[in-house]
Amino acid sequence: MIPDLGNYALILALLLAFAQSGFSLTGAARGNVVFMGAGTSAAVGQFLFTGIAFLCLGYSFYANDFSVLYVASNSNSALPLQYRLAAIWGGHEGSMLLWTMTLALWTFAVTIFSRNLPQVFRARLIGTMGLVTIGFLTFILFTSNPFERLIPAVLDGRDLNPLLQDPGMVFHPPVLYMGYVGFSVAFGFAIAALLGGELTPEWARWTRPWTTVAWMFLTVGIAFGSKWAYYELGWGGWWFWDAVENASFMPWLVGTALIHSLAVTEKRDAFKLWTVLLAIIAFSLSLLGTFLVRSGVLTSVHAFATDPRRGLFILCLLMLVIGGALILFAIRAPRVGLGGKFGMVSRESFLLTNNVIMVAAAGSVMLGTLYPLFVDALGMGKISVGPPYFDTVFVPVVMPAIFLMGLAIFARWKNSDLKELLAKLKWAFVASVLMAVLIPVMMGHWRPLVSVGLLGSLWIFTTALISLRDRLKRRTEGLASHLIHMSRAYLGMIVAHIGVAVFIVGVTLVKGYEVEQDLRMAPGDVAEVGGYAFRFDEMRQEVGANYTSAVGHFSVTRHGSPVTVLEPEKRIYVVQNSPMTEAAISAGLVNDLYVSLGEPLSDQAWAVRIYIKPFVQWIWAGCLLMAAGGFLALLDPRYRRKVRGDAAEGQV
Amino acid sequence: MKPRHKRLAFVLVGVLAIGIAVSLVLNAFRSNLVFFFTPTQVANGEAPRNVSFRIGGLVQTGSLKRSQDNLEIHFVVTDTVKNIEVIYAGILPDLFKEGKGVVAQGKLDNSGMFRADSVLAKHDENYMPPEAAEALKKAGKLNEKTGKTLVLPESKS
Repeated sequence: MIPDLGNYALILALLLAFAQSGFSLTGAARGNVVFMGAGTSAAVGQFLFTGIAFLCLGYSFYANDFSVLYVASNSNSALPLQYRLAAIWGGHEGSMLLWTMTLALWTFAVTIFSRNLPQVFRARLIGTMGLVTIGFLTFILFTSNPFERLIPAVLDGRDLNPLLQDPGMVFHPPVLYMGYVGFSVAFGFAIAALLGGELTPEWARWTRPWTTVAWMFLTVGIAFGSKWAYYELGWGGWWFWDAVENASFMPWLVGTALIHSLAVTEKRDAFKLWTVLLAIIAFSLSLLGTFLVRSGVLTSVHAFATDPRRGLFILCLLMLVIGGALILFAIRAPRVGLGGKFGMVSRESFLLTNNVIMVAAAGSVMLGTLYPLFVDALGMGKISVGPPYFDTVFVPVVMPAIFLMGLAIFARWKNSDLKELLAKLKWAFVASVLMAVLIPVMMGHWRPLVSVGLLGSLWIFTTALISLRDRLKRRTEGLASHLIHMSRAYLGMIVAHIGVAVFIVGVTLVKGYEVEQDLRMAPGDVAEVGGYAFRFDEMRQEVGANYTSAVGHFSVTRHGSPVTVLEPEKRIYVVQNSPMTEAAISAGLVNDLYVSLGEPLSDQAWAVRIYIKPFVQWIWAGCLLMAAGGFLALLDPRYRRKVRGDAAEGQV
Repeated sequence: MKPRHKRLAFVLVGVLAIGIAVSLVLNAFRSNLVFFFTPTQVANGEAPRNVSFRIGGLVQTGSLKRSQDNLEIHFVVTDTVKNIEVIYAGILPDLFKEGKGVVAQGKLDNSGMFRADSVLAKHDENYMPPEAAEALKKAGKLNEKTGKTLVLPESKS
């Protein structure tokens, strides 16, 4: 009963999405106020019915309704409740429903928070989002319906993939999708502006908070995923340059370029076409990511060829959205105009250079991700592009961007003096170089790449501090009240940039100084790794809700004094009879101690991984700081002002 | 310098920077392409020496041998027509099993043994690594059931 209700709700949502875009777009074209109002109401209705469908699927999982094929293949009555609910997005059909649900949520948010936008513009925005919704709801209803019945029903389900039975599964996909799909709003803004043929600084000010929120979610979502991989996969990696990861990283790179480009469009009325193009690319990359992950091409282009419906559908959708948007761009671009001029040394030029670098970085990631697929599709054999490609390419491409990050916050808009900039920042540079050389020497052994990484990080950090000091020098009131009254946008920028610095420290030091040892250990053995002694005390058996587990007990000491106790597990999930490694991690500001079990060897011995991961937590802390910076910037009062007043004092 | 010269210099520097970046990217790209060969292709001598590549197929049942005092492992990868002996020192992934699909990356040594520096098995029981499926298909032995794939969200290799 409930699943059928969900199915009907989805169909109704699709009809309402047609009404949403149909009424909104024709209303906007003809200036018909009634139509535009109807479009908005339909959007709210679409959100409600998509929500009902989502709840129905959730209920089917809650009630263990194994007459639903999707529930039967992704859940089990022994599965704990939180994972039964997370299993909603544990498979293909459900994650597509989550995608649409997120889109509906963003649409609903737009209908609420965009009341002060000009009505015609708002109608175009809602109409564009409606078109995307139509695409995805059709996709779900015709190729991946989560409510498909399984008759006769099975007694129990196949269970959720053990890898996904983790708190990470509860948070990572929704947060990531909020980011992915959030770029649809920026996309909608871009299309609405192109349709109207007008692009004003106000437009940028309206678009900025939406883009920043989406970017924050994406940042946090990717960080979540990385952390999850780190503790769940059992071998201590935090980023694999896996196609699925790249699929989320490419929109992030372009999204980062977009939020900076929007700043220029708002402040200087420049980069207009570039900003619009970035908004289109960012969302296109989100769609490309969806295509990569959902069409099956990654598993094998042949799998895609044997069941082409899903893949082809998303591919067509991709073509329609990207192609349509770019054609519109080509037609309307001349009308929008280029906007303000700027000198070769100016904040604009630095930001533009960094924008180009971000897009180039995204391009190099795309090359490495898509090339193997092309080669395979053309029948030219199977190849893969190894992580070393991404490592060797990414660092040198991004290095100049990091250098310019420091310069850009001091450069003036329009025209700036290079000599003055260099004179101001030379000590910051000298200090960064000195520390970048000295710190690795102090850590034991010097490595060139560690110095390079630290240099980038220290440069961002020192320039951010100098900028903050300059601001505080000009204060007329007390320090605390000055900090509170300081432009939120500026503070947000500083915090986010320091986040980048912290992130680089983490990446650099963990790459440079991690210690990894794979050992054969029997109870009683002691292993010395990185100055710590790991004693393998014993193994014991435990039984969990839907798994049995072999738990190892390791006591860690340093110079004879106890540090911690680590209990890595090897679980066997009963339903699918699949083994799963649960690493034991003692996380710290400076060092993570990481122990995970490999397979049992003969006579009580186990294969054991013992890793020391210095500063690895800084990677995720850096991401959280970046997101926090975005949040601070959002609090800037100018986004809540209805009519444009004087530009706030804050700069980026 | 006149503004015109300045602009010209700027453009030249830009073009140079882009040129360097592109050549850097393409060079790194070329040297990091990893090619894939099936056991039959390796047996026919099509695989390169001294260059790292990937092989894929099934782990032959009963072929897994462990060393008694370290983590060295011997096993045989087969596409049911030809076999390759593989040596690997390290910890195998959770889903490595005899009779299941596997992909290994490494080099051939002089005796024709494959020295793997990484062994991959994907994280789902139904999931046949695409390379392994390819090897079996080329050998004409892939049946529908083992080739069935199941895509999971955010699952990482």
